[in-house]
Amino acid sequence: MIRSRKAWVWLGVALIAATLLLLPFALSQAGTAWVRIANIALLYVLLALGLNIVVGFAGLLDLGYIAFYAVGAYAYALLASPHFGLHLPFWAILPIGAVVAAAFGVMLGAPTLKLRGDYLAIVTLGFGEIVRIFLNNLSQPVNITRGPQGIAGIDPARIGGFDFSRTDTLLGAVVSGPMKYYYLLLALLLAIVIVNVRLQNSRIGRAWEAIREDEVAARSMGIDTTLMKLLAFAMGASFGGVAGGMFAAIQGFISPESFVLVESVMVVSMVVLGGMGNIAGVILGAVLLAFVPEILRWTVEPAQRALFGRMLVEPEVIRMLIFGLALVLVMLFRPAGLLPSAVRKRELEAERPT
Amino acid sequence: MDIFVQQLVNGLTLGAVYAIVALGYTMVYGIIQLINFAHGEVVMIGAMVAFTIINLLAASGLPPLAVVLIGTACAVPVCMLVGYSMERLAYRPLRSAPRLAPLITAIGVSIILQHLAMLVWSRNVLAFPQIIPLATYSFLGASITGVQIAILSLCFALMAGLALLVYRTRLGTAMRATAQNPQVARLMGVDVNRVIAATFVIGAALGAVAGVMVGTYYGVAQYTMGSVLGLKAFAAAVLGGIGNIPGAMVGGLLLGVVEALGAGYIGDLTDLCRYGLGPQANCADGGHFILFGSNYQDVFAFVVLILVLVFRPSGLLGERVGDRA
Amino acid sequence: MSAPLLEAKQIGKRFGGVQALSGVSFSIGRGEIYGLIGPNGAGKTTLFNVLTGIYSPQGGTFALAGRNITGLKPDRIAAAGIARTFQNIRLFANLSVLENVMIGRHLRTRTGVVGAILRTRRVLEEERAIEKRALELLDFVGIRRRANDAAGSLPYGDQRRLEIARALATEPKLLALDEPAAGMNASETLALRRLLDSIRGGGTTILLIEHDMRLVMNVCDRVLVLDYGERIAEGPPAEVQRDPRVVEAYLGAPHAA
Repeated sequence: MIRSRKAWVWLGVALIAATLLLLPFALSQAGTAWVRIANIALLYVLLALGLNIVVGFAGLLDLGYIAFYAVGAYAYALLASPHFGLHLPFWAILPIGAVVAAAFGVMLGAPTLKLRGDYLAIVTLGFGEIVRIFLNNLSQPVNITRGPQGIAGIDPARIGGFDFSRTDTLLGAVVSGPMKYYYLLLALLLAIVIVNVRLQNSRIGRAWEAIREDEVAARSMGIDTTLMKLLAFAMGASFGGVAGGMFAAIQGFISPESFVLVESVMVVSMVVLGGMGNIAGVILGAVLLAFVPEILRWTVEPAQRALFGRMLVEPEVIRMLIFGLALVLVMLFRPAGLLPSAVRKRELEAERPT
Repeated sequence: MDIFVQQLVNGLTLGAVYAIVALGYTMVYGIIQLINFAHGEVVMIGAMVAFTIINLLAASGLPPLAVVLIGTACAVPVCMLVGYSMERLAYRPLRSAPRLAPLITAIGVSIILQHLAMLVWSRNVLAFPQIIPLATYSFLGASITGVQIAILSLCFALMAGLALLVYRTRLGTAMRATAQNPQVARLMGVDVNRVIAATFVIGAALGAVAGVMVGTYYGVAQYTMGSVLGLKAFAAAVLGGIGNIPGAMVGGLLLGVVEALGAGYIGDLTDLCRYGLGPQANCADGGHFILFGSNYQDVFAFVVLILVLVFRPSGLLGERVGDRA
Repeated sequence: MSAPLLEAKQIGKRFGGVQALSGVSFSIGRGEIYGLIGPNGAGKTTLFNVLTGIYSPQGGTFALAGRNITGLKPDRIAAAGIARTFQNIRLFANLSVLENVMIGRHLRTRTGVVGAILRTRRVLEEERAIEKRALELLDFVGIRRRANDAAGSLPYGDQRRLEIARALATEPKLLALDEPAAGMNASETLALRRLLDSIRGGGTTILLIEHDMRLVMNVCDRVLVLDYGERIAEGPPAEVQRDPRVVEAYLGAPHAA
């Protein structure tokens, strides 16, 4: 019995792997735009996994997470674009972005260590907004970030002579820029998932869980809660920074508009919807919330035009309404998320009288 | 000294509005320990409804005061309904859930309300029609408009009215009792559900009036005006001491003044040329090299919030939060 | 007598206007089971909290094996060698029984973030050792069969044992138990007594707050009596029991005939 069950699991994994590997080719039949959408979804998955460390593992509700995405993106842009005339190589900037973001994580996390849950959330939200305001305004007196205009002409990812943004023919198949980025993101995603899984099942992961359950007891057992919390912030932030760097490379252009509060909320929604603390759940949540609105946009627009003769409701509005509704409904009916971790399920669905 | 009094006047006016909005946050937090993220959107809805009515009536020839009053009178019940619904549908079922849940729900409600408003009113900016004659008065070297005077007086009247409600009526006593200890209040015969609903409704009504005031002051209303205003008002509530009604009033006024003075002076304070530290190219001929200009205005509220929470989390007048049931 | 393990001198603690502890001094010898008793509100848990770093004292010193540990934070106190349980039981309720004890091993193990990610052979060995030791401790306190259950689902008595196992996982020199027998019936208390003897047999010194006088009489070598935050007696339980000040503290002063 066990043998055949293991066989089923391997078969499932193989199927998923095959689907993921062939997806860009299938999507590009429908148009390169869909491959780009897949890439954006992958970026969101990276962000959700990073936030999952802070929110899901350590239990610190960070509502300003997008600030780390921004830091990573701007670090990349400043080091590889015409703006300062620097063009550092890709393999160097990505880690630099991660380190800078981690430093920001420690900086933003440090004042929050003694705060209780909801205050922590608000302070992190405040930090996120402060970062955005600074990015928007650091164009005077010295032009560092180019303010609302943003930074354009960012170098694409290049490893050796291989340029990720150009279309090439590999092994007889035509592979466009977005498709190449897809595989790069997929590889990055795999690495980050492995890191997350290993962290979760380690001494550090257990320490985070202990802090989330009962900080006083954790401290009394010798866990340095200050260090652990800062570590959670730093690790989560570093993943955001890496995702930010990729974002800058892929899009070639960044501006503060991409890093508004609503984005932080979206990433939180993905983690919450999918199942806080559960890596598979978080991935599911991110994929759903990234793809579904796009699918809607493609179906709702023509449907509205057919039914009403014009567009009544913009897809953007529908997308946000879905986010809001998802948050409320999940909290009301399934607060531990779609794929809850056993622990969170116990914690959030314990006693619920009328 | 030249701009000091002017900024003070402006700051107090805006601060008074912050105070009214802050009251909504502080009352709700005091009674159920929830940061009602969606309160800012309630304020926005108040402004939008009122502006719609005001714009409809603008050409009718009614006196401007009546137009504004009718607009407000329409906005208040709408907001009260919104406040009641959000409590009943989204927050009440989560009363005994861990703190994370209602907070996330509040964010969701905020998003829903904001985009429902966008559905109804689209992205357009609603303008305040030119029906109020611009009356400016001189005061200690600064100018103060009739609108500012009206706002300040109305805010103080509302604060006094709320204080009367909370400290002199049965409902107010029930609210304070529920805030301190809901279980015991229930045992004493207080209908806790009704009291909590009333708290939301009163806060929403105040928010509606605040929305009208903000819209009138700036002359415009848009579906996005709620979020930043809401955050700043929440910062004001925390500054004064969350759950503490006089605290919200003090916090609001103080934050408004800090913001106005900060925005007014920060350009000068960070002008490196004044200290002889700026580059020659910029500083020659009385030029400026300003590190942080008044465009950083919004940062003040967040910085204040963070400083208060880190160094004096109970706020200036002390927080009043009871045991969670 | 060899040097005492824990020496407390003139410990004081105020909360606003209330002097919860004043001038409390005592010493605990190695291998002793030392009781801390007194009427309700005497300051016993406060003394615990000051000792373990949850509160800081106003005045006085603690020395553990000669080392000054006054005012250290709880995690440093644990590192120095004092582990505690709580009056209200503070387990990691949603985690498994085994995980609770494994978390107790955090202090004496070293794997950091890099190690966790790289999963070298040394790290894997450490993980195996952690799990093995945790299971041994569960065995020792008698709840091994519950290893994979949620900690919060355990019956009360087992939860107390789990808390003790978790504290023992930190390899303490001094185990501080806050009312371990609360809510236990006679047979459970007897089992607890045997457990305490085994723990002492393993070389760990025990400090315990208790209200169950029979347990105190039977298991404690010496006892400290607090009343209104002050020390009123110290010594073997039989002596202390007869001390008139102690009797008065518990029962009130005798009336004039």
